[in-house]
Amino acid sequence: MKTLQPIVLFLALLILSCGDSEKQEQQTATAEIPVRREMIAELTAPPNVPTPVGRRKAKKLIVNMEILEEEGELTDGVKYVYWTFGGSVPGSFIRTRVGDEVEFTLSNHPDNKLPHNIDLHAVTGPGGGAESSFVAPGHEKTFSFKTLNPGLYVYHCATAPVGMHIANGMYGLILVEPEGGLPQVDKEYYIMQGDFYTKGKNGERGLQPFDMQKAVDENADYVVFNGSVGALTGDNAITAKVGETIRLYVGNGGPNLVSSFHVIGEIFDKVHVEGGDLINENVQTTLIPAGGAAIVEFRVDVPGTFILVDHSIFRAFNKGALGMLKVEGEKEKKIYSGEIREGIYLPEGPGIQNMPTTNEIVESEIPAKSFEEQMEFGKQIYMQNCFACHQNEGQGIPNAFPPLAKSDYLNANVDRAIGVVVNGLSGEITVNGNKYNSVMTKQMISSDDVANVLTYVYNSWGNSKKVVTKKMVDDVKKK
Amino acid sequence: MKTKVFSLFIVCLVVQPLMFGQTKDMVLIEGSRYIPLYGRDSTVVEVKDFKMDIYPVSTEDYKQFLKDNPKWRTSKVVSLFADKSYLTNWKTDLEPNDSIHPNTPVNYVSWFAAKAYCDCQNKRLPTIDEWEYVAMADETTKDARVKPSYNAQILAWYEAPRTKENRIGETPKNAWGVYDLHGLVWEWTLDFNSVLITGESRKDVDKDSNLFCGSAAVNATDLMNYAAFMRYAIRGSLKAKYSMKNLGFRCVQDIKKENK
Repeated sequence: MKTLQPIVLFLALLILSCGDSEKQEQQTATAEIPVRREMIAELTAPPNVPTPVGRRKAKKLIVNMEILEEEGELTDGVKYVYWTFGGSVPGSFIRTRVGDEVEFTLSNHPDNKLPHNIDLHAVTGPGGGAESSFVAPGHEKTFSFKTLNPGLYVYHCATAPVGMHIANGMYGLILVEPEGGLPQVDKEYYIMQGDFYTKGKNGERGLQPFDMQKAVDENADYVVFNGSVGALTGDNAITAKVGETIRLYVGNGGPNLVSSFHVIGEIFDKVHVEGGDLINENVQTTLIPAGGAAIVEFRVDVPGTFILVDHSIFRAFNKGALGMLKVEGEKEKKIYSGEIREGIYLPEGPGIQNMPTTNEIVESEIPAKSFEEQMEFGKQIYMQNCFACHQNEGQGIPNAFPPLAKSDYLNANVDRAIGVVVNGLSGEITVNGNKYNSVMTKQMISSDDVANVLTYVYNSWGNSKKVVTKKMVDDVKKK
Repeated sequence: MKTKVFSLFIVCLVVQPLMFGQTKDMVLIEGSRYIPLYGRDSTVVEVKDFKMDIYPVSTEDYKQFLKDNPKWRTSKVVSLFADKSYLTNWKTDLEPNDSIHPNTPVNYVSWFAAKAYCDCQNKRLPTIDEWEYVAMADETTKDARVKPSYNAQILAWYEAPRTKENRIGETPKNAWGVYDLHGLVWEWTLDFNSVLITGESRKDVDKDSNLFCGSAAVNATDLMNYAAFMRYAIRGSLKAKYSMKNLGFRCVQDIKKENK
């Protein structure tokens, strides 16, 4: 029996250790990482992030963060009193590596009205530090924690009323990099979504107080990236060069809304789902929960402006959840051509189609008085109505739209040409020996304009120099 | 120590008649039973009749107190009773900074100092229940808590930074005849730390089911609770030796004592 006991114990231990997840092992391991020397943490305001940890060893990392309640601009002409970690919304970005011992000091500015605290989701411990950091205005609190799990984490204020503190901008991101750091990329940015609830409607000017009822109803007036409409557009847009790899640290402070984060015209090569270890590839839109985060990476291959949105799309275009990434560099036609051609789409098949405009043809107010004027007006009409298909020099587009330049079909019969403009034309025709089977719609222009544009065409590009008059057009119309 | 306390008592007694009449600028608050925004043990509390200062204690009042009570001057005060920021906006023991108007609420005072001030006037600090009871009133109604405008005004002040520069008596008088309970400074209460709000407010929710059972519905009561929450939160973040820019006090007096 005595000899059995140790064996049973051993077996029990074995079973226990098998039952334990790898995570536990990882945590025990990371808890044992020794720290050497002190370092004051670099904190950055969005959209910037501090220097990567690279290959540095775990250290005692000193983080000093100040809470400021201050007025800012939510959008043009709309003021809002933000409560901030470090003076920005979202708060300062904190960058650590696994095994760091973070000594965190939270200072509440004496001018502030309210007590605050901080709950860091990267903390293993009750309240994520909230209880130890609860601090009255004009005071500071210090606590320390060891970063056990790598990932991207949200931090926020957890003082009553919690929802209001978060709604006023008290959130940010803390990154815990794995040993050796995340793989190198060319550009890194910090973006965080938040929803705002104001007494006035979206766009109502002046200092707007927080609206508790709207917050309870989850009826946001503003949904924005980095604390304000326009924080990431125009001159504030984030930038990159063609060929660079970009990593975005994207968080969602909430307080209420979940983000469907999407970059228009890009596909995320990699997404650290929910900011954790799981990597998904080739993702169009990634879901970022309130109080959660994601790391997205992609290479920019073509130049242009890429729009960052919450793809709950009314939030983007009506409530402000829109940012810009401007990419400069050489065009890469193989990947993206730009516009190749423009045409008229006819879902009902061939047949004479009217442009969807009014049937009333407005007579031109000033009839042309001379040949020169006819040419001048005619050119204007041509550029407005004909140019898209028949092109600048009347050359047309091979196999699609017949040429007008030196056109045998055109020159052979003036009345027919007038009829085509007035009534449209469909079916197979032969122009300069080439067959075309396409549709030209009836042109909704006045007789004067028909006369002018045909005179212009007949007197350009080596055509027969006929002059078309209003009477000729009217005669054809009467037939 | 005993002798010290005793001597203070003597000083108070001697000085008392020299100070302005204790009941000047006080109003009678008729007691009642009410449900506070955020209760302690039971939902209904009873408040007895008492008198309350209609204004918070001013810088000028406090200067007089310091003249009469040297032990509360910055240079003399025991650090156990007042932290480093005590009267940090005073240039000398008896002179506030030039920028401070005499008729602004005194701030940067600790709970110990506020309590001593009231004691010296044969008054005391109000309890949370008393303070909240009077603070339920708006200009016309003694319990205005259901009015959306009441809550909106309070929340607006809580949110606006740097309002301390305002003078005493500029906010509208409430139905009891009391000024500045909302919209000027936070105020010390006798039992400020008796409702235990830990830093972890979400945990408090579990501890005190009264708060949420009483106001589970999403309506104006909830909005009101947010204002109350903020007051309880600020009280919970304090320690008795703390002093703060946005924190002042006023005194109350029991009716019985006065009748003696």
